[in-house]
Amino acid sequence: MWEQIAANRRKSAVLVFVMALLLVVLGWFLGEYFIGENGGVLGVAGALALWLILTLVAWFQGDQIFLTMSGARKIEKKDLPVLHNVVEEMTLASGLPRMPDIYVIDDPAPNAFATGRKPETAAVAVTAGLLKILDRDELQGVIAHEMAHVRNRDVLLMLFAGILAGAVVILAEVGLRGMWFGGGRSRSRRSDSGDGGGAQAIIMIVAVVLMILAPILAQMIYLAVSRKREYLADASAAAFTRYPEGLASALEKISRAPDKLASANRATAPMYIINPLQRDGKMAADGSSTHPPIAERVRILRSMGGSAFADYDASYRQVRGGKRGVIPKSALTEDPPAAGARSPRTEPTPSARVRAREVDNLFYNNAGYQRIECPCGAILKIPPGFTSTGAQCPHCNKVHTV
Amino acid sequence: MMMAAALIPLFVLLGLALVLVMWVVGIYNGLIRLRNQVKEAWAQVDVQLKRRFDLIPNLMETVKGYMNHERETLEAVTQARAAISGAGTLPDRIQAESGLTAALGRLFAVSEAYPDLKASTNFLALQEELTSTENKISFARQFYNETVMRMNNKVQMFPGNIIAGMFNFKEETFFEVTEEEQREAPKVDFS
Repeated sequence: MWEQIAANRRKSAVLVFVMALLLVVLGWFLGEYFIGENGGVLGVAGALALWLILTLVAWFQGDQIFLTMSGARKIEKKDLPVLHNVVEEMTLASGLPRMPDIYVIDDPAPNAFATGRKPETAAVAVTAGLLKILDRDELQGVIAHEMAHVRNRDVLLMLFAGILAGAVVILAEVGLRGMWFGGGRSRSRRSDSGDGGGAQAIIMIVAVVLMILAPILAQMIYLAVSRKREYLADASAAAFTRYPEGLASALEKISRAPDKLASANRATAPMYIINPLQRDGKMAADGSSTHPPIAERVRILRSMGGSAFADYDASYRQVRGGKRGVIPKSALTEDPPAAGARSPRTEPTPSARVRAREVDNLFYNNAGYQRIECPCGAILKIPPGFTSTGAQCPHCNKVHTV
Repeated sequence: MMMAAALIPLFVLLGLALVLVMWVVGIYNGLIRLRNQVKEAWAQVDVQLKRRFDLIPNLMETVKGYMNHERETLEAVTQARAAISGAGTLPDRIQAESGLTAALGRLFAVSEAYPDLKASTNFLALQEELTSTENKISFARQFYNETVMRMNNKVQMFPGNIIAGMFNFKEETFFEVTEEEQREAPKVDFS
């Protein structure tokens, strides 16, 4: 299980390195194309400067930005004890050094995400919709998946990969526009002098091809990394909970929900448990999504023989019909061999109605509503701007003083 | 010049010795790190076991009024809890803790037959606390066992076994719950 982090870090490092190489090569050719004489070096310098600026911006915006953007609100144990307990359980299972902060988003679309470049500053956020539709075992699966992202350092990796891919896209865009509007000074100057015309032509062609292909390639690598991390997080979630069915059934419920998340955008998409941007009716696309298709994730989880990494790997190969697994070899040998799946918990889960009321009450409280319990059983929620001194119960017409 | 040439093998030897020492230090530090991780993982298990121990008097107080006909079940829990204080060695302690898990499982199974109890918010909150603590124990135990396995692999396998032998690193004990105790379905008697 620990070997897996190291192995993934190596593999992901290779992919990130390829993207960095792409950025440097693109920079060089653009420099040669537009500036001419030794322009390649300048182009590389420009590309690296762009990358540095993007990195600095992302770094100083910090982890809080996701939470602020999605309107998340931090909760304590007394607010939602079950959620708090489940997060604490998964902290223990994953061996994280600190329990992540818990945030709740007032959104009916069921989804969840994790942030934090380091496990020490990590936070998990879930939407109100998620809390309402999932039972305890399912919630545990989702939280385990998010904790796996934190434990595997996925947040940091996807941040780096995203910045690199972004830099390549921006650079290629700039190059294409420059070409459109009569750039390429070197073209006229050098072809006049006559020497090196052949080499110049090759550079020109390569530059144009790169400008078109590099952004596509960078995005493909980025998405491939992202999807791979999702499979690994699913595998880790199964290993943490010893109960793959919990996550499988949660994914099914989430994918069936009609609401789509309001606050998600392309930058935050890879952080969620399912792709929040997936349009209705569209099959989760093969090469163009940050997440693997949900139906496939569910099938892999459901055909697992146990809950160990080896089981996930075998199931992955069976479902995908290929020879290549998704878990690194070194992780498979380190993994405890006999981690059997547990049976579903028989513990009490509050009914969906009770859960929904609990979540709603939390948000009413947070919004500053005042609660009055009428003797007839009704509960009056008085909005913060209420000016009158009395409120009448709609059921028994008793007037309460506010 | 001659002096310098004669010194080359010496430098090579010194260099090799330095590399060897650094290699040993690396493995030694790795073992220390693992041993600390095992301690830390056990501390997490222990915190949860203590928490469960402390929650039980509260639970007993709450159910007492409702479950008059379940003297035996309640007593079993109290006795299982008392057995933990009496357990001296780690294997004894582990067995006593498993006994408490089983006794609590029976108590909660029997409680299904008492609608008044099920309606008590106090009882429901306690039940969530205890089941969650039960989960936390098993998850912390799971992580502890994984860490112990990594430690034991290092201690047993070459070349770690040589360094471990030199500095007296020992294999750690797994926290295993016997399958029967864990899987045993609580017997409910509604007669």
